[in-house]
Amino acid sequence: MKKFLSVILALTLATTLFACGQKQASSTTADANAAASEATTFKVGGIGPTTGGAAVYGQAVKNAIQIAVDEINANGGYNGYQVEYRFADDEHDAEKSVNAYNSLKDWGMQLLIGTTTSSPCISVADKTYADNMFQITPSGSAVDCTANPNVFRMCFSDPDQGAASAQYIDSHNLAKKVGIIYDASDVYSTGIYEKFIQESAGKSYEVVADEQFTADSKTDFTTQLTKLKAANADLVFLPFYYSEAALVLNQAKQMGYAPTFFGCDGMDGILTLENFDKSLAEGLMLLTPFSADATDDLTVNFVKEYQKRHGEVPNQFAADAYDCAYALKLAIEKANVTPANSVSDICNGVKSAMTSITQKGLTGDSISWKSNGEPNKTPKAVVIKDGAYVLAN
Amino acid sequence: MDFLTYFVNGLSLGSIYAIIALGYTMVYGIAKMLNFAHGDVLMIGSYITFVFMSQMGINPIISVLLAAIACTLIGITIERIAYKPLRGANSLSVLITAIGVSYFLQNIALLIFGANTKSFKSIVTIPPLKLFNGQLMISSESIVTIALCIVIMLALTTFINKTKMGQAMLAVSEDRSASTLMGINVNGTIAMTFAIGSFLAAFAGVLLCSAYPTLTPTTGAMPGIKAFVAAVIGGIGSIPGAFIGGLILGVLENLSKAYISAQLSDAIVFSVLIIMLLVKPAGILGKSNIEKV
Repeated sequence: MKKFLSVILALTLATTLFACGQKQASSTTADANAAASEATTFKVGGIGPTTGGAAVYGQAVKNAIQIAVDEINANGGYNGYQVEYRFADDEHDAEKSVNAYNSLKDWGMQLLIGTTTSSPCISVADKTYADNMFQITPSGSAVDCTANPNVFRMCFSDPDQGAASAQYIDSHNLAKKVGIIYDASDVYSTGIYEKFIQESAGKSYEVVADEQFTADSKTDFTTQLTKLKAANADLVFLPFYYSEAALVLNQAKQMGYAPTFFGCDGMDGILTLENFDKSLAEGLMLLTPFSADATDDLTVNFVKEYQKRHGEVPNQFAADAYDCAYALKLAIEKANVTPANSVSDICNGVKSAMTSITQKGLTGDSISWKSNGEPNKTPKAVVIKDGAYVLAN
Repeated sequence: MDFLTYFVNGLSLGSIYAIIALGYTMVYGIAKMLNFAHGDVLMIGSYITFVFMSQMGINPIISVLLAAIACTLIGITIERIAYKPLRGANSLSVLITAIGVSYFLQNIALLIFGANTKSFKSIVTIPPLKLFNGQLMISSESIVTIALCIVIMLALTTFINKTKMGQAMLAVSEDRSASTLMGINVNGTIAMTFAIGSFLAAFAGVLLCSAYPTLTPTTGAMPGIKAFVAAVIGGIGSIPGAFIGGLILGVLENLSKAYISAQLSDAIVFSVLIIMLLVKPAGILGKSNIEKV
């Protein structure tokens, strides 16, 4: 009995250590440049988790790029060349992401839209930098994702969201006492949290409590909520994803605690949760660059097409990914590169063109980029009223 | 007052661990194997209930019963396909197979139901219990869970001690080859154990999702591991031990979250497991067997 259990424990420990310490030095140096020299199509790759716990994000990105690529091909492609598109699964795992990148490179990928999630993105960004391949991530929001000059992003970085949230709460006098719950095991959540705390100094509100949870105990939030309630927080900032937020809202209601809840772009999607009791989200505010209920033509057409193909309302990841495919179009045409150019030449051309284009996309009316890869766009604050998003003033 | 709130919240969480742990301990006690796929069987059970209840509009109680029957069949099938061929193999191979089954079930669920989180409507509709002018609230889900745990415990104990099948299970857990000699159908008995374990998993799944109403293909994974820890603390193989272990684990987790650190709470919970294994390897209510060499 004892022996058996200690074997299991040892095994568990060993797996954990192995998983942590693994540093693979995989380098398939198959040179894609040679294959590209006589190509007549642009080969665009995408990477993201289409299976595993984060599959919802990867699938959204994969589907949305496909929609954009189909539209672009129907209208003449990138700079007159058709676009071939292939998506690889990374299961939200840094090692697998690098493998996915290598197999896409073997296929002849010239430009990468990806990766979808932050930690794999950081690993892949080092590979694309070594190969000098242009990379734009739709949703890798951690600061380090765009540390290399060849990597741009479509979404806001985590600190930008934290700062924008703090400014919004302050300038609209939403609260006197702010409480925070964040996921201490997640770069996205802690990135927003840290900047939010920094920005909160000298604002019209006071941060009265900050509580954490981790990926392994993200079902029970009653302890954290009890503490926030005891601290009389009248606004609770929730910088994490909607599936956990739905639990927080539910448990707060059961406790009879009703502050204003305020979220970031990860909160987007809460209304599309199947079977979700929308009254729980009444009054919830969030800062997001995309709202599926917007009435401009671009959004309406995209949402319609996405629903037709996949039977669900696209989330923000899908919108960011769709915009990425069009940003590449603008930059490629601006730089006037062709598939015959080498991967490195395409990268240099597109990289410098990125800072001089302005895109009208789903996630912003005029998106432009700084040379450090960060986008310039305005977040919209929306509030949930009667089970639908309404623009907050 | 705050302490009491944390304590009661811990009991609620613990009751969920307890009901999952009952299935773990039942299978371990008799088949002497750790069914790591238990957490995933309960996830499948929750999805089936969700489909019947929310998508087809069938009465919640009937949905749960249908899900329990489906889970029983799934449990028997898993046992037949994945575990039975390994009956003579050492326990490590069986354990690894169980981990494989666990991943298989998660990915099957991902394929069928998609990655999007589903929101689960609680099947418990009675209002929560309010004490001290509403300052302390005990959710109706936890009352139902604790009550159901006690019912299951009594039913299992009676079943094992009073019925022929139960006696056969005891015999198989004591000595498999001797039971065969005595004319007990060992394979049938073990299949029955899995059937009961999976039947219980469906109820655990529904209560887990009623208390924490989101459903994803990985819903069962972490609670499954925590319930395993609970079963070990209580004494794996012991039915009341699973219940006590579950409650202790839940309270411990919530109190360490409240008074020490939310980030450290899991570390604290697992260190209790390690200390437990060092001090009393058989768990609180477990029997320690002296292995004769």
